[in-house]
Amino acid sequence: MSAAVVAESEAPAPPIAEGVFTMRNGQAHLIAGRRKSDGRMRFPMPTGAQAELYEPVELPNAGRLWSFTVQRFRPKAPYAEAGDDRSFRPYAVGYVEFPGAVIAEGRIVVDDFARLRIGMPMRTVVEPFATERGVVSIYAFRPA
Amino acid sequence: MSDVHIVGAGIHPFGRHPDTTGLDQGVHAVREALADAGVEWPDIQFAFGGSSAAGSADAALPQLGLTGIQFINVSNGCATGGSSLLSGYWAIKSGEFDLGVVLGFDKHPRGAFNADPEDSGLPRWYGEVGMMLTTQFFGMKIRRYMDLHGISPETLGRVAEKAFENGARAPHAWRREPVDFETIMNAPMVSDPLTKFMFCSPAEGGAALVLASDKKMRELGLSGPKIMGAAVRTRLNGSFEVFSPSLDVERAPSPTQIASKAAYEMACLGPEDIDVAQLQDTESGAEIMHMAENGFCADGEQEQWMAEGRTRLGGRLPINTDGGCLACGEPIGASGLRQVYENVQQLRGRAGDRQVEGAKIAYSQVYGAPGLSAVAVLGA
Repeated sequence: MSAAVVAESEAPAPPIAEGVFTMRNGQAHLIAGRRKSDGRMRFPMPTGAQAELYEPVELPNAGRLWSFTVQRFRPKAPYAEAGDDRSFRPYAVGYVEFPGAVIAEGRIVVDDFARLRIGMPMRTVVEPFATERGVVSIYAFRPA
Repeated sequence: MSDVHIVGAGIHPFGRHPDTTGLDQGVHAVREALADAGVEWPDIQFAFGGSSAAGSADAALPQLGLTGIQFINVSNGCATGGSSLLSGYWAIKSGEFDLGVVLGFDKHPRGAFNADPEDSGLPRWYGEVGMMLTTQFFGMKIRRYMDLHGISPETLGRVAEKAFENGARAPHAWRREPVDFETIMNAPMVSDPLTKFMFCSPAEGGAALVLASDKKMRELGLSGPKIMGAAVRTRLNGSFEVFSPSLDVERAPSPTQIASKAAYEMACLGPEDIDVAQLQDTESGAEIMHMAENGFCADGEQEQWMAEGRTRLGGRLPINTDGGCLACGEPIGASGLRQVYENVQQLRGRAGDRQVEGAKIAYSQVYGAPGLSAVAVLGA
């Protein structure tokens, strides 16, 4: 096997956007922004003209499920997952509270939606996401 | 400062009308409102109007008459109609004008609204991964509320059951057939815990009101309910709103709670004084939460209220007497004015077999993205 192929198979897919999440010691962390004036946190870290008012903060890997739902139909554009209505598989979405910091929204990866309970421990993960332009990496939450 | 009265109300039936433009539905509503008041378009001194997806509201002018009046287009999400009403209210209350029209109409394509993240100041990836959906917000807000306050899925079903019962009695409603409880509960989920029958659909329709100062109303020999309180309020840090990639850990009141409080204060009334209410019910969960956010009950009491049918016709506080958004659909520009139209019918004793007997004070509340609420309190 050539070095080039090894590199391709082992390298994670490029992130869907820069500056949204990062990996540290094998764990995924969301990158929030803390407003310099009053400490108020938001996710994602603002970009553009607002960015200078915030400093980036890595959130802890673990938090607790704050609320959730299941997306049962394929969203319209700009939803970017490859496929169509027939290949669509419902996915869960929810908010995870990172105590003392912020409550952040993301997709939830879980085998059985019925397992989800508000308050359950969750961790941040990075998952592949297949789009028409190729596979990218997105952050998601999984029950811990 | 003048009192403001609603001296005419008109509506184009909500639903789907393939052969009628949204604009024509708005013009229909205005003509009906003018006829109801007994005034002519050239008498009208100003108008505020809104449409989200059916073009500019002032495109109605060539049909109604190019009389040179002040016409201002209003765009405030799902609360556009309520915002138009408030604009007209202040225009007269300030003493600047005596007679005006507020109108709203819309015509949306089928299916859920598709929103563009960048239009809401959000990164594109938020939509690409599948989170730019109002339906998810509704599902997540009621999911948490149910857990915190002990609301059962059956209570959500009872809201929808009531909506379709009431819609069957409202000539302007879209869905005019009752739907039985089991069908509602067993329908496919759209965004858990809300099933297909617990969600309203984007639709079409038009609604219009003629507003007059106290002086003008007497001068013309007209009559109509008085606007006793009206307020629009926007989100605070820490409220839970649609399209929010993050929320503050410290929670805060909703825009509905603060708009409601402001409107009650203006009216010198409280929730116990209200005889009939139209509350934003984009889905069953919204009606449940808005019952508490508007002060009608404490968090969690909705479970008992719904089991006892207190918000049905004939109950202590009938809510969404024309079936609300669930039975009428939601043409954004018209929806908030449809609520006020229904309250005018109730206060004038013209609501037919959905009439709330002896209704003297009526309340309406419409909530919209990205986090605002419009409330109006009318007195007969």
